[in-house]
Amino acid sequence: MLNSKGNKLFQTFAHIMLGIMVLLVLLPFVLVFMSSITDETSLITNGYSFFPKKTSIDAYLYILQQGGKIVRAYGITIFVTILGTSINLIMSTLMAYPLSLKKLPYRRIITFYVFFTMLFNGGLVPTYLMYTNVLHIKNTLFALIVPNLLLSAYNVLLIRTFLSVNIPSALYEAARMDGAGQFRILISIVLPLAKPILVTIGLFTGLAYWNDWTNGLYYLSGNEGQSLYGIQNLLNQMITNIQYLASGKVGGIGSEVAKMPAVSIRMAIAFVAMIPLLVLYPFLQKYFAKGITVGAVK
Amino acid sequence: MNNTHTLKKKKRRRFKDLMPLYIMLLPGIIYLFINNYMPMTGIIIAFKQVNFAKGILNSPFIGLKNFEFLFRTKDAWIITRNTLLYNLAFIILNMIVGIFIAVLIVEIKHLFAKKIYQSAILVPFLMSTVILSYIVFALFSSENGMINNSILKLLGKDPISWYNEPKYWPAILILTNLWKSVGYGCLIYIASIIGIDKSLYEAAQLDGAGRWKRIRYITLPSLLPTIIILTLLSVGRIFYSDFGLFYQVPMNSGTLLKTTNVIDTYVYRSLMQLGNIGMASAAGVYQSVVGFIVVLLSNWFVRKVDDEKALF
Repeated sequence: MLNSKGNKLFQTFAHIMLGIMVLLVLLPFVLVFMSSITDETSLITNGYSFFPKKTSIDAYLYILQQGGKIVRAYGITIFVTILGTSINLIMSTLMAYPLSLKKLPYRRIITFYVFFTMLFNGGLVPTYLMYTNVLHIKNTLFALIVPNLLLSAYNVLLIRTFLSVNIPSALYEAARMDGAGQFRILISIVLPLAKPILVTIGLFTGLAYWNDWTNGLYYLSGNEGQSLYGIQNLLNQMITNIQYLASGKVGGIGSEVAKMPAVSIRMAIAFVAMIPLLVLYPFLQKYFAKGITVGAVK
Repeated sequence: MNNTHTLKKKKRRRFKDLMPLYIMLLPGIIYLFINNYMPMTGIIIAFKQVNFAKGILNSPFIGLKNFEFLFRTKDAWIITRNTLLYNLAFIILNMIVGIFIAVLIVEIKHLFAKKIYQSAILVPFLMSTVILSYIVFALFSSENGMINNSILKLLGKDPISWYNEPKYWPAILILTNLWKSVGYGCLIYIASIIGIDKSLYEAAQLDGAGRWKRIRYITLPSLLPTIIILTLLSVGRIFYSDFGLFYQVPMNSGTLLKTTNVIDTYVYRSLMQLGNIGMASAAGVYQSVVGFIVVLLSNWFVRKVDDEKALF
């Protein structure tokens, strides 16, 4: 009797605590959305608020009408995400499959070659100088796709472990008997069976590409570079400009400010950048959760 | 004669058999060579006085001079301190809050609510640091920020110029990081709580242990290996920090550097904004080498706790 009363009390306590948590997690998104539909003058006089005095969808209309730059950046982000994630998945699988075969000579050495990149790195300076001075990827689309994101040793090792645990070698032998070559085996046996891990890793890689702005920051500059900005870099540029101007470091502010999108429009673009993730999340949630626990448990 | 012939044939067949596998490995090997191994050789830059007219290879060696310069500055101490203290704060706070939320979620009976809580906690994890900086800006900007305009006004307090006051930033950055990443650890804790043997709880209940006692004497001790592993793994990364969090969220504000500069942001600024390649590469090598040692140590500890979870 006493126990059930205590139980009820505990459940209430837990719901209240977690309710607060959910609010803390979600309110910032609400704030961004509400600011994006706040009338510009009301935003300037009253600041960002959950309860705008006056709402308006001008910001979104503006994006629709004049948003050439925004649409372009959005397109670049989508393109880079799809292409980068696809190459990443193909290359990771191509590496993971041979490394999962015990009979492969030099397997240990190659695995160490992959693994060592997780332990030690050359740092930003040599990486930057190599990509700009040797490979000349500055201000090209390669800059958004190639550095750091195209292959992760960690993912290769995850897929390799998955394959060696989940695919019995008898299956390979049977396929060999039927005369299948290695590429045939990879496509018709490995790929279908590896689907769960590939979906998970694809999601995380896609997320990394969608959210990446550091490659753009390092390797895109000037007008030429800015024409390649993805949505994150565009947002980044807008908010740093604002802060730069607000800090009063530059003279002749007037014209610069005039060129800048209004506050509500910036928030609208930020919200537009979040939409795909927020819309897809309910469907992908399961895989994200699985990926995190797989990654931690190894 | 015949024997060597079949041996050769066998060898050739084996070669034909293995060749496709090496071909598959090739793209990845080449990529890692370019992206990871070539820059490692660039570490020599830290020991040179780089002169672009002569090219990096022909620039003169100056031994440890770059490091001497770096460690003579106040910055070296500040960035090391900030990097370590922030990471420690992240590790401890994320662990405590993560476990707290995980324990609550697991105990929730109402299935639908449980699912909502569990999903919501991970949403911030999806957002880029640029979006984070927008959210922080919406809260803290001095002109339009919600805290100055709504909360402080309501309390009758004067607005604060947040982006010019270094003292507030440790709290802001720690909370921002908590908001973004607590869900990640939380899910791992939930998974390991679910993995605890149910019969332990039933036995404890028969012995009259209440909920608090069960959490205290079964859940928390059972989580200990997970806690230790997660902590050691993040200790392995203690010399690195999320560049975006420390660069983008404080808006690269110079007045805040005392409390926001970490090794990663220092390297970036020295390289891109100050053009001081010597300092930047010295700091980068300092980070890589000490980081490497810390990874080896933490892995050694992980191995002691649970052999299976060790990285190598």
